[in-house]
Amino acid sequence: MSEDKKTPLYQSHVNSKAKMVPFGGWCMPIQYEGIIAETEHCRTSVSIFDTCHMGEFRFKGDIVNSGIEAAISFPISKVPVGKCKYGFLMNSSGGVVDDLIVYRIAEDELMMVVNAATCDNDFKYMSSFLSGDYIFENNSDKTSKIDVQGPLSKEVMKLFFDGDFDSMKYFGFIYSKYQGQDILISRTGYTGELGYEIYSDVSLAESMWDKLLSDERVKPAGLGARDILRLEIGLSLYGQELNEKITPVEAGLPFFVDFEKEFVSSDILKEQKEKGTERVKIAFMAETRRSPRHDFEIYSGDELIGEVTSGVFSPMLKKGIGLGLVKAGYDKIGTDIQIISGRSKIDAKVCELPFYKNGTARKKIIGAG
Amino acid sequence: MSIFYTKEHEWIKVVGDKGTIGISTYAADQLGDITFVELPEVGDEIEKGEIFCSVESVKAASDIYAPMSGVITDINDELESAPETVNDSAEDTGWIAKITIIDIDEEELLTTEEYDAYIETLD
Repeated sequence: MSEDKKTPLYQSHVNSKAKMVPFGGWCMPIQYEGIIAETEHCRTSVSIFDTCHMGEFRFKGDIVNSGIEAAISFPISKVPVGKCKYGFLMNSSGGVVDDLIVYRIAEDELMMVVNAATCDNDFKYMSSFLSGDYIFENNSDKTSKIDVQGPLSKEVMKLFFDGDFDSMKYFGFIYSKYQGQDILISRTGYTGELGYEIYSDVSLAESMWDKLLSDERVKPAGLGARDILRLEIGLSLYGQELNEKITPVEAGLPFFVDFEKEFVSSDILKEQKEKGTERVKIAFMAETRRSPRHDFEIYSGDELIGEVTSGVFSPMLKKGIGLGLVKAGYDKIGTDIQIISGRSKIDAKVCELPFYKNGTARKKIIGAG
Repeated sequence: MSIFYTKEHEWIKVVGDKGTIGISTYAADQLGDITFVELPEVGDEIEKGEIFCSVESVKAASDIYAPMSGVITDINDELESAPETVNDSAEDTGWIAKITIIDIDEEELLTTEEYDAYIETLD
């Protein structure tokens, strides 16, 4: 792990006795007090996550004519200033180079947030599309990102930051100040709960982390809880549900593709949407607490039909849950499947998403609170 | 009564020809939150060194090996709904199965002192 990069919060994690693991080229906390306790805390109070490992790019220039639109699955030029949007950085064969969130900072300015493991490759790949006058910078090393997630997160944010949190919409963002410096706060996250992501200069990270933790409702949560939280609401993880060889249509995410737009592989995706694909994404729930895991094989009777892309034990549902990629025709809700690895055989049923239905992320915030 | 451990981190408490089996506190800590215990069935014959059940945590699944050969006489079915008992009390209320030992064979098993020394060498 010594060669892995450290976030500005590394020492804070070590001080709180976190278990540190290598992840996407970074040394990251997988857990503090325990993965299940941290998951439950985020569903009931407020958890903070160190996501400084993620990548942030800045683009400034003519969005329509710079060439950047050709790489992205949705029209960036239609995202209103002050809003952000989730979608895909596409390769030419319909696969996904990365999933990302694009922030429309100004008419001619964007921030793009990408995964840690793919960050350098994403930057090179996007650069290859650009021409004319533009600025394109990889600001990942100087940008800190802290996620504040949980049903009580608005109250905590109001306590520590100035901003109109009451009227902030899902996937909207605002600017605020911390120690006199500008910070950006979006109402986004990866947990299914009401939450915010705070972007600032790295020099502010440690102080901000400690300040958030000074509120007794707030606890740190690691990558273990983060993975369960995102899977309980059915969110995809790049490298598992998505990769260069899985298209957004196969991955069950056509909602994040604009089929009217032309981009590097729009024809392939359009055809897949019209004709269907040989592989389809499913969500499934085990009949017991037994956990399916990444790469376990999925059977229908004796027939191998696909594999698990992500699987965990859900602390909220007390059942094993997962996502998988299977042959078309096996994705009907209620279909019986068997998940097999070694001695372990898990009976499961194809089900709807989200697994956990009481997330507060999209909740309209009413009243002063 | 005597307690023995395996290098795979099971323990067996032996009283006469009766044995109680579980996983060590060290193993439970390493696994993290335990979410599922696959229990054997009463009447199952288990063979020393062979897998006879498994434990799953948020992080991984781990096979459990029989520390001695015997026949299952009782299982801790409370673990079906409360597998976290293994985290809370791996070497007491988190026991997994009881057996009638067929062959009291201490070979390759470790005493408490030997096991403590062994886990010091891990990590």
